[in-house]
Amino acid sequence: MGQSDLILQYFLSGITKGSIYAVVAIGFNLIYSATGILNFAQGEFVMLGGMLAVSLALILPLPVAVAGAVVFVALLGGLLELVFFRRLRGHSILHLVIITIGLSILIQEAALHVWDEKVRSLPYFTGNEISSIRLFGAAVSPQVLWVLGTVAIIVVFLHIFLKYTLRGRAMRACSSNPEAALLAGINIANMRTLSFMLSAGLGALAGCVISPITLTHYEMGSGLAIKGFSAAILGGLGNPMAAVLGGLLVGVLEAFSVSVLPAAYTDVTAFAILLLVLFVRPHGLLGRPAGESVREF
Amino acid sequence: MAFWAGPRAKASGNFSVRLRTAIEIVALIVALVAAQLVLRALDKEYCLTQLTMAIYYAIVVIGLCFIMGYAGQVSLGHGAFFAIGGYTTAVLTTSDFSRFEAAAWGRLLKHLRVLVVRQDMYGADVLSAAPWAAFALAMAATLVIAALIGYPALRLKGHYLTMATLGFGLIVYKIILGSTITGTTDGIVGVPAWSFGNFVAISGKSAGRVHNYYIASSIALLVLVLLRNLVHSRVGRALRAIHDHETAANAMGINTARYKLKAFVASALLAALAGVLLTHYTGGVNPSEASAMKSVRYVALATAGGSTSLWGAAAVSIVLNFLSLRGWFGSYDNAVFGALLITIVSLAPEGPLKPLGQVLRRFRRRGGEDARSNDGAS
Amino acid sequence: MALLEVQNVRRAFGGVVAVDQVSFSVEAGQIKAIIGPNGAGKTSLFNLISGLLKPESGRVRFKGREIGGRKPYQIAQAGLARTFQNPSLFLQISVLENVMVGQHCRTRSEFAGCSLRTPGQRREERAMRDSALSRLDFVGLAGHAAAPAGALAFGQRRMVELARALATEPDLLLLDEPASGLNMRETDGLGQLIEKIRDTGITVLLVEHDMSLVMDISDEILVLDNGATIAEGSPQAIQNDPNVIAVYLGSDFKHASTSQES
Repeated sequence: MGQSDLILQYFLSGITKGSIYAVVAIGFNLIYSATGILNFAQGEFVMLGGMLAVSLALILPLPVAVAGAVVFVALLGGLLELVFFRRLRGHSILHLVIITIGLSILIQEAALHVWDEKVRSLPYFTGNEISSIRLFGAAVSPQVLWVLGTVAIIVVFLHIFLKYTLRGRAMRACSSNPEAALLAGINIANMRTLSFMLSAGLGALAGCVISPITLTHYEMGSGLAIKGFSAAILGGLGNPMAAVLGGLLVGVLEAFSVSVLPAAYTDVTAFAILLLVLFVRPHGLLGRPAGESVREF
Repeated sequence: MAFWAGPRAKASGNFSVRLRTAIEIVALIVALVAAQLVLRALDKEYCLTQLTMAIYYAIVVIGLCFIMGYAGQVSLGHGAFFAIGGYTTAVLTTSDFSRFEAAAWGRLLKHLRVLVVRQDMYGADVLSAAPWAAFALAMAATLVIAALIGYPALRLKGHYLTMATLGFGLIVYKIILGSTITGTTDGIVGVPAWSFGNFVAISGKSAGRVHNYYIASSIALLVLVLLRNLVHSRVGRALRAIHDHETAANAMGINTARYKLKAFVASALLAALAGVLLTHYTGGVNPSEASAMKSVRYVALATAGGSTSLWGAAAVSIVLNFLSLRGWFGSYDNAVFGALLITIVSLAPEGPLKPLGQVLRRFRRRGGEDARSNDGAS
Repeated sequence: MALLEVQNVRRAFGGVVAVDQVSFSVEAGQIKAIIGPNGAGKTSLFNLISGLLKPESGRVRFKGREIGGRKPYQIAQAGLARTFQNPSLFLQISVLENVMVGQHCRTRSEFAGCSLRTPGQRREERAMRDSALSRLDFVGLAGHAAAPAGALAFGQRRMVELARALATEPDLLLLDEPASGLNMRETDGLGQLIEKIRDTGITVLLVEHDMSLVMDISDEILVLDNGATIAEGSPQAIQNDPNVIAVYLGSDFKHASTSQES
């Protein structure tokens, strides 16, 4: 394989992984925008989507299994908001974030006990593990196209939703000015629940579509959550579209870091990005610096 | 300054605080001694091993409680500091530096007893660092790392600081997991005991079980007392002022950035100390000590003990870690701590022992101090 | 040499110039007031002097040394203390402890001394306590020393904040709208307290809206509008200054004489 082929390979692998980070980051942003919470259980939604779909696919056709998993996880997300966060408004953001961390642990442990520690995966949506398509001169699995396609559709859908529909605009209103939104008759509480459901459902969908490539296992959630968070922060919190950029960047940088760092340290890239962004430019690439102050003074 | 002469504060102004500290310390001592005696009576003295480990872990939690409750810094990276301490001493005391004997400085270090000869697992002679030297280096390394990470991180607010510490912890974890010098996934074993003279050593030998237990308890109690003193002093006030209203604290002449950093570094050093001691005690260290899950546990315990109650954090931490180490939570170990965290934070962010403290305070006030406000005012 | 010298200080936020080439000085032993309509830049000026903001240009000299752009804690250590317009007490600790925090920059025990409770640290702690108590007594709140700061009424919290600022042993005290939210009786008491403070040798610079207080106790007044100096002088002069009248009452009144005899 020539040098440029290698680079292309890295790049494609990077945007594949990166698009999953993008979905997680979008989920972070949605919930953050509507509620101010950084939801560290975000990665668990991805894991649950994959796990559930695998189980459902044993008895249902694949598309139905995927749809079922997405719906179920979306409902679960809404349930979590209702049970844990609706009642806890008075608490500081830090407390709520810690609760999401605790939730992520519980969900992980529950998954371990419901399923087991074995790795599973959904079947390839089209083709199988050895089929490949030529994309810009590199050989990729058709599943990669599914991943990229799904994420692209998610991004477009969200963009339309947030910008052009009433519900979507109401959600944006909640984030920029909750009091005004309340006065305008927007039901903030329901918006918050909706944001959780949406995040969870989208995460689950991502979990399904990535499952054949990265495989699904009960522990995958926490790593994804942190990397998704890095992506969200890199893009700039509060800007869902920037999350996509952040995700892709993190994915690509991580993929290319394999050529520089020993393989065991690949994961460090995303975490290092997180620290770098927080220390140097906390509002991210496209975030609004005037918005929330991340630093003290 | 004659103009400022006003009513003198009674010397007993501090008294109720000191009394409460003394009571809590005594209670803890009594509980610790009682535990050992009870276990001996029940012929279960082997439990002392897990109890000793739980006590060392409690040192991390006490230090964490200090910065969480008083300086408002929630760190999800303390597992990493523990691991830095533990791994530094493990690597230095188990590596063979014989090849440096050829150099003059190598011989000098051997002469100074920085490097000592010991038997490794196979009975061969190796030249490794003496535990005290490894300890000093571990503390130095932690100091530098904590300062480097703390300086930028502590400028961040609330949950962003927490995220930064989480990121840092994960980086350390991955590095440890991936490096051969730290033994990748297996960690390091065969860490020698740390001897003090001929009679006392920190090691896992069952013959030394009882006195190791008391060594651990004494160190933990010392840490508790020192931090308690700190809290009720000028430093503690400054930290609480910074936590409450950083701008005003700065305007009152407090170098807030430096104080926050010092508190953070002190807390990190305590975690590393615990790491060093526990590694010598168990004879080894493994990567899970640096994991995010461990760090979350520490936060859960610090929160559960009452975010401003150092001894509460110690007590809860010892009990829960002991149970966990004895396997009481089975495969639900992590879930227990996750649930604990959620419950405590949702219901009573100050921790369940705070309401108890308030009840006790009400009793004391009724007891006889109510006539005067306790700072001896006009 | 004046105690505080502000020379051509300027600070803008985005397009808005908050402080526009302001110059003035404060002599030791004075009580000087800064007045002006809302948005005139008074608090920004205070923030520039006390280090919460950096001046874009111009200099601020305190006791002959340049303090423009220094951090707030360095300025406090140099002897310039301030109070805040919005509540800034440390609510988690007691009233006495709040005032003791003020003594922080005049004391020295650090982590080692405090954790080990060395004799030096214990002596220092007792001295801090005494000193804080006498400041509380000075503002009339010694009886509330042990109360949690959050339990006090608004006016009392103001006094505690004053005591805290005094505990930093300042040479110059900046008071940011000390009378806001106080009733007439409390304002009178405040005026007397400020004069008492001046009598102990501390220079006072205050920002205030309450005209009667300002006219009553100030030696000199500086009037700001839209970030710029409009007038500076004795209370009498200010009251009769047509520019000041215009600023407060509108330019229709520019030529009305304020015949406030005596």
